Amino acid sequence: MSDVVEKTLTALPSLLSLDSQSGKLSSSSKLGNLIRGITELTSKHDEEKLIQRELVSIKEQVSSPNTSMRQMKELMVRAIYCEMLGYEASFSYIHAIKLAQQGTALDKRVGYLAVSLFLNESDELLLLLVNTVLKDLQSTNLIEVCMALTVVGQIFPKDMIPAVLPLVEEKLTHPKEIIRRKAVLALYKFYLIAPNQVQHIHSKFRKALCDKDPGVMSASLHIYFEMVKEKPEGYKDLTGSFVTILKQVVGGKLPIDFNYHSVPAPWLQIQLLRILSLLGKNDRSMSELMYEVLDESLRRAEMNHNITYAILFECVKTIYTIHPKAELLEKAAKCIGNFVLSPKINLKYLGLKALTYVVQQDANLALQHQMTIIECLDHSDLIIKRETLELLFRITNSQNVKVIVEKLLEFLRQSKDDYITIDLGGKMQPDIPNSFLRLLSEGFDSVEENRQLRLLAVESYLSLLQDRPAKLSQRFLQVISWVLGEYSHLKEGLEPVTVLRLLAPLLDLRQSSTETKSWALTAMTKLCDGPACVSVAQELADRHGGSLDTVLRQRLHELQHLAAHPELRTRVLPRNVGLEPLEVDSSLSFLDGFVSEALAAGAAPYKPPHQRQEELAQEKALSVEPYGLSLPLSMSNCSVAERPYPTALSTSSGLSGNSTELSHKGGSGALKLEGVKRVWGKEGYLTQTEAAVPMEEMAQVEADREKQQLASSLFVGLGSLSSTGLCLMGKAEPTPHRFRRRAKGQGSSSGTSERSSPDSGSVPPHVDSAPHLPLDLPANNGAQEDLGEDMSASLIETNGMAVVDPDTYIDLHDPDHVHLISSLPGELSALPRSEITPLCSHASLALSACHVQTDRSALLVVFVANTSDSAARRFVLRMTSGDLEYSLIPSRPSVHMELAGVASYQLPDGEPQSTQFSYTLSLTDFIRPLTVSTEEYGRLWLAFSNDTKQNLRLLSEGPDPLRDTLGLLRDKLQVHIVDIIASEGIVACQLLQGQPCLMHCRVNAGCLAVWLRSSLPELPDCLLYHCQRALAEH
Amino acid sequence: MIKFVLMLNRQGQTRLSRYYQPVEVRRRAALEADVVRSCLYRDKDQCSFVEYQDFKLVYRHYASLYIVVGITESENELSVYELVHNFVEVLDRYFSRVSELDIMFNMDKVHIILDEMIQNGHVVETNRTRVLAPLATLDTLARS
Repeated sequence: MSDVVEKTLTALPSLLSLDSQSGKLSSSSKLGNLIRGITELTSKHDEEKLIQRELVSIKEQVSSPNTSMRQMKELMVRAIYCEMLGYEASFSYIHAIKLAQQGTALDKRVGYLAVSLFLNESDELLLLLVNTVLKDLQSTNLIEVCMALTVVGQIFPKDMIPAVLPLVEEKLTHPKEIIRRKAVLALYKFYLIAPNQVQHIHSKFRKALCDKDPGVMSASLHIYFEMVKEKPEGYKDLTGSFVTILKQVVGGKLPIDFNYHSVPAPWLQIQLLRILSLLGKNDRSMSELMYEVLDESLRRAEMNHNITYAILFECVKTIYTIHPKAELLEKAAKCIGNFVLSPKINLKYLGLKALTYVVQQDANLALQHQMTIIECLDHSDLIIKRETLELLFRITNSQNVKVIVEKLLEFLRQSKDDYITIDLGGKMQPDIPNSFLRLLSEGFDSVEENRQLRLLAVESYLSLLQDRPAKLSQRFLQVISWVLGEYSHLKEGLEPVTVLRLLAPLLDLRQSSTETKSWALTAMTKLCDGPACVSVAQELADRHGGSLDTVLRQRLHELQHLAAHPELRTRVLPRNVGLEPLEVDSSLSFLDGFVSEALAAGAAPYKPPHQRQEELAQEKALSVEPYGLSLPLSMSNCSVAERPYPTALSTSSGLSGNSTELSHKGGSGALKLEGVKRVWGKEGYLTQTEAAVPMEEMAQVEADREKQQLASSLFVGLGSLSSTGLCLMGKAEPTPHRFRRRAKGQGSSSGTSERSSPDSGSVPPHVDSAPHLPLDLPANNGAQEDLGEDMSASLIETNGMAVVDPDTYIDLHDPDHVHLISSLPGELSALPRSEITPLCSHASLALSACHVQTDRSALLVVFVANTSDSAARRFVLRMTSGDLEYSLIPSRPSVHMELAGVASYQLPDGEPQSTQFSYTLSLTDFIRPLTVSTEEYGRLWLAFSNDTKQNLRLLSEGPDPLRDTLGLLRDKLQVHIVDIIASEGIVACQLLQGQPCLMHCRVNAGCLAVWLRSSLPELPDCLLYHCQRALAEH
Repeated sequence: MIKFVLMLNRQGQTRLSRYYQPVEVRRRAALEADVVRSCLYRDKDQCSFVEYQDFKLVYRHYASLYIVVGITESENELSVYELVHNFVEVLDRYFSRVSELDIMFNMDKVHIILDEMIQNGHVVETNRTRVLAPLATLDTLARS
């Protein structure tokens, strides 16, 4: 009976609520109870008790089979409450999906709602929702379609997009605007999570943009905003349309219900203005299209309401972003004036924000509002103050820097928000630690002054450390560590162990970052001299040796070792070297032997995680040259591989082993390698001797230049130094390495079917039933077809690329295919080709094939023979392949590539026949030599990230094993040997479409240690397989 | 873009929350507490936009309720400020004089309304009639 009562009770309030619409649930329902409980909460403890109780009760009820969908809906709302208060209710997730599946109307909607609130994009449970969505999308009930589209637009598993995409696309032409609008928004979601999936429907986006309903049109703007942001040049042709739309909106052409406080569709206007600013940026002709409508927007927005100011703000931003027009700028400036002078604080804030945005173009604007700015600086609201400082920061120049910094400091003293402090602090001193360290290490002209300054630094830092180091900032601690490590010996009577004991506590500070600790440890390593220090080092090693931080452990290890070996330490960390250049073999080639040994011993090859470069790039913040001093000097320098390893080397050091190579590299801008030793030059391997000569001169010039930079950075207040070192940090753009195929001429009449290579942009990404050849076969003959590689686009249009030579009569009973060979077109017979292999024979049809390698393509020649006495009609050959695109271009490399097909034909008196066959091609059929210079090789090498290392068999019979082995690989795999020097060789090849694969070979312990790199992730592995096979077969 | 929409009462208790960027359930409480600290204790004559870490909060005060929206730097604060008001006007029309209790007792419907207006952190509909259309249909269905 209690069940009945409960059901009535839960049904009752919702009925009541429907009547009154304002809907106050009776407090006797469970949800009502919960809500009352929540409103009466007095403490966090109570809340926890209440919610835990609630969760237990929900859990009980959701799994009960008697729970109706209406009750389930209420349960979901209760679960949403629990989650909202921060208590996970993961057990209810699956029930939310169930409710979406089984509920109707509002219950179903709440099910979907709960799913979108509970689940993450990546949650696997989402997959269970896909079927429900599919069903609802096909429902005849519009409200269900609507719900499904809403949820798809909010949260949908990326991998399942193809499943719903056709249905969503279909909805773009639905008669109801709301369905069309939601479909567009769903596509927008798809675009956000998987842009490639919706690439083919760009034309439909255009249709949505031109939809007669303003709602659908404005929904499509979301997609356009993203696309234009991504690639403005691709949508310039739409500028006119956007301008027209904005004109109509501003002119009040929209239905009145789009108005908000009598302003026509303000958010739509803002969105359009944003798109226009993207399109007009740095583009004069596009900007000219916009001037009129922008002017009108400024004029129309005269009403004194917040929302018009929001539009004005956007308008001003656009005017200052696009190609400038004096008249408009003037109006916009006046407009900003209204903002700044407004007594309304929100407007003032926005005015400051706008000023901050525009002063970069026109600093005079700030002058006009000087007094207001100064007032704002003393404003009681910290937010206004903060924004003003941001503005001041942008107009800082050499004359005002002092005043502005004072103001910033004043603000920092008041502010309690750490985040703001760090943000502003970072702005104020873009690179003070760097500049200071440079000053210390480079010094002035006078030796004595230098010594005094350094001594002063040492003394003040020592006293700081004695005081309370925990209060100091991380960066400052790093600076202190370095200075003490380098210069504490200047202070007479100071025992290194004293400094060590002062630095040691930094390791114990909880707030010390790993970076700081490393600096401290490096400093200690430099100082570690004498038995007392060794014991401190031992102590530290004992205490921190168990640290989980590998960097820290490494430093400790170094400290211990170098402390024990003073002569090694003086070599690694020489004292008083100042800014002498360092040579760093960043490729770590000195480890090659170790690596090969480890590989031989069965270690897994090292795969460089791509994020490593990014992570290291984050550390670049403090790219201090002097830090380089603490890097080991004793690295050997022999490798082809120069990797952009983000050490703290500055580009400006410009000290490479081979300065002659630098001049022409500088202009490329792509990858700055100065500072990294070059071992391979135009002439091949570069000897070491020439390196030493220009170094000192260079160092002098560089030092002078750096001083100038330093001076300017100190006096202007805003250093430009911070950006100079960045290019080195791995993020450099890879050099272009496209190998573009030249377009080919039309196929000749004699039977090959080469077509001109179309622009790759126009090639559709995939065609399943690639070659499709309808033709008639004469009786008892053989015909051969060549399916050229380059028929991509034209294939679709003409549908027939095969040329049949019906005059070629062959005796088909000849077992060894000699005649087939003779029927190869003349120009193919001279080229390397595979054996002719029979594909299949079926009733009266025999198919065989071979492939021919030309320079730029692989041709598949299919021999079709009709063994019957009558002519076969309507012969059709279809081929498909998962591994190959457009006949014979590998879509991705693999060791073998399968090609499958169906041949169908009809004899005059018989039923249509068909037969299947398959054909396997090896990767080597697609490998071609890549002729590059050593120079280009080096550049390419750096551009690729997919690499594989392995040891291969060395052919050791001959006098020159390396040459022999590489020669064999060249003959078997068609690779190009770029260079061989001593025990190293470099080899290059490419896949047909032009993806190169580079190979660095080195003789090591009777093996050939190879290191492959390519732009394609699979290529090195596959190629390695074939190398192994070629060597094994020898 | 919009990162989240929160409805808080004067005591700082969350009455509604919608996140457009994933935030773990456990972290939300801390974030909301921060939001309460940065917005609720400000004077009436102070600016309605507050900087919070690397993004901004736009808040608006209605009787016993605060609505706080977290937005990225690129968003137009004032337009969001007005969006909040538009949202409240829609609620007001639906509930005819909306109160905190309406929102609490009809959290699902408030969410449905919000879903119509903001999707993926972007304003997708502001036309009041259109925002309410799907919910109105659901209500008619339930009544019949």
